[in-house]
Amino acid sequence: MTEETIQLLTPEGERVDHPGYPLGDVDIKGMYRDMVLVRRIDNEAVALQRQGELGLWPPLLGQEAAQIGSGRALSPKDMAFPSYREHGVAWCRGLDPLYLLKLYRGVNHGGWSPEEHKFHLYTIVIGDQTLHATGYAMGIKSDGAEDEAVIAYFGDGATSQGVVSEAFSWASVFHVPVVFFCQNNQYAISAPAERQSRVPIYQRASGFGFPGVRVDGNDVLACHAVTRQALRAAREGQGPTLIEAYTYRMGAHTTTDDPTRYRVSSELETWRLRDPIERVKAYLIRSGEAESAFFEQVEADADALAARLRAECQALPDPAPLALFDNVYAGPHAILDAERAEYAAYLEGFEDAGVTVGGGAEEGR
Amino acid sequence: MTAITLSRALNAGLRRSLESDPKVMIMGEDVGKLGGVFRVTDGLQKDFGDHRVMDTPLAEAGIVGTAIGLALRGYRPVCEIQFDGFVFPATDQIVSQLAKMRYRSQGALALPIVIRIPFGGGIGAVEHHSESPEAYFAHTAGLRVVACGDPADAYTMIQLAVASDDPVIFFEPKRRYWDKGEVDTAAPLSAALPLDRAKTVLPGDDLTLLCYGPLVRTCVEAALAARADGRSIEVIDLRSLSPVDMAAITASVTRTGRCVVAHEAPVYGGLGGEIAARVSEQCFYHLEAPVLRVGGFATPYPAARSEDHYLPDLDRILHAVDRTFAF
Repeated sequence: MTEETIQLLTPEGERVDHPGYPLGDVDIKGMYRDMVLVRRIDNEAVALQRQGELGLWPPLLGQEAAQIGSGRALSPKDMAFPSYREHGVAWCRGLDPLYLLKLYRGVNHGGWSPEEHKFHLYTIVIGDQTLHATGYAMGIKSDGAEDEAVIAYFGDGATSQGVVSEAFSWASVFHVPVVFFCQNNQYAISAPAERQSRVPIYQRASGFGFPGVRVDGNDVLACHAVTRQALRAAREGQGPTLIEAYTYRMGAHTTTDDPTRYRVSSELETWRLRDPIERVKAYLIRSGEAESAFFEQVEADADALAARLRAECQALPDPAPLALFDNVYAGPHAILDAERAEYAAYLEGFEDAGVTVGGGAEEGR
Repeated sequence: MTAITLSRALNAGLRRSLESDPKVMIMGEDVGKLGGVFRVTDGLQKDFGDHRVMDTPLAEAGIVGTAIGLALRGYRPVCEIQFDGFVFPATDQIVSQLAKMRYRSQGALALPIVIRIPFGGGIGAVEHHSESPEAYFAHTAGLRVVACGDPADAYTMIQLAVASDDPVIFFEPKRRYWDKGEVDTAAPLSAALPLDRAKTVLPGDDLTLLCYGPLVRTCVEAALAARADGRSIEVIDLRSLSPVDMAAITASVTRTGRCVVAHEAPVYGGLGGEIAARVSEQCFYHLEAPVLRVGGFATPYPAARSEDHYLPDLDRILHAVDRTFAF
């Protein structure tokens, strides 16, 4: 970690203060619990993919602190625009992880209510959501709402996308309440962060006219304090902030990836020593804030959650065949409607012949 | 009824939309103080303020991407893309985000956004200012794609597009911006022909000539000229390109038995092919001749001094008509 990186909890679990980012009264045990639970969700999802229950899964392993720290900094009215790996942020927004499993199982493309959770759908085209977040923040400003802000999640790879530069530019000139939260997990699939930028990512903000800060992305306390402050500044009319959470993707890009082809195991070992969860555990034990009963309970909660998700995932019905025609348009569309009718008639032909076609009776919601 | 230009009709329609819904806003390059390079938004910023008629940075992906965010927040943005050839930086936001949001959210999210695009050639412009990219968008599920062909439609269709809860790609025939026509601004919008319907602009019995946007006028002129040869041509302005109003088309072709489709966009992979296939399928026993297509060539849009060869004009359209009758 360089001097410019904000850190409040060392990899050894030692609390350090930073004059610019007072921690204040935070629920460290709650953060620990969240991180353990989302890591367990993540492990279970990887296993479900290996067993053919999911089509794909992008693991968050190693990024728990960045996501829980920032996610817990959001107020209920703040709006989050995630990329596709923000399982920890989703957890903080109260989203049942089953929604994420449905998405990666292929039951639907999302299906949760973004407004209810103040958590937009996952965006898979890299960087696109930064513009949506900026536009949403323009709307907040236009509404005159003073107690709301927006956070956009993206990765180091996304910083090379033109739309992300456009989002920075628009957010700056319109001076809107948006926080750009970049999880620099060091790799865009196989491309290292050095292939995306010759300068530290957070320093790019200055060229657009707003502050940028690098935080130890494996330090949940620092991620929390830095994000909380940036969101507060946004709500107070001080415009955007870029946060670079310097972290590491300990798992594969997705379950189809093979990281051994592009990185050495010693690198992973180095980052294991900076594990985001272990340092909090060390702190809680050393400070006496938590005893073994607490850790045992968290593990038991994680086991129960994983078991529940596994059972519910396996029980998910496939969508009814004709549901694939739903929700393309708000109203009638003559071409689509005709295709739906033709396909329904086609399927009925099988039923007349006594053949069952398609999946479950329920819609995959 | 007053005779106004197509550009003024759009302006009047946009003004009506801004008046009737405080969530409607206009955003684009040079749409404010300048009133747009074609003056379609002339005077609107002065009357509605720069928060509702917003000059944006010069970034088309940014225009559409932030419009999506604004729509998620409850606004109804009307985006102007300055010229047809400049829409492509925004294509990702249009195709991957705008078109799919309702579907991928299972109906939880609506994006009532209009993207206005002046399109087509015939104004002697430099590269990227004369293109007809409508087929790309008609090919994209989740979008409604329309083109106005005269001032009366310009006035009502832009208002219907703004009121639509679906994203609408709204093509404006730029070389017809200065054409005048009667517009009834007193008529209620509820009396207007719905956005997804074609309209017969000239009735006829011997052949159905399908067109939209800038070629509507050309086709009417061709049909009138054909009367000298004793041919009665029915001209239909498609208006809606997704969905195409097949009911109106087949009703006409089953009566006339002949069909020609004309557009400025390249014939290959163009909407004419889709329409011809559907007409063949649905009117097979009524057809006296194959459906013929007239349009741009399989070349990039040429330099201005060659565009008269590229654009379907009255003679090329009548040539196709002749071939149909000769079959």
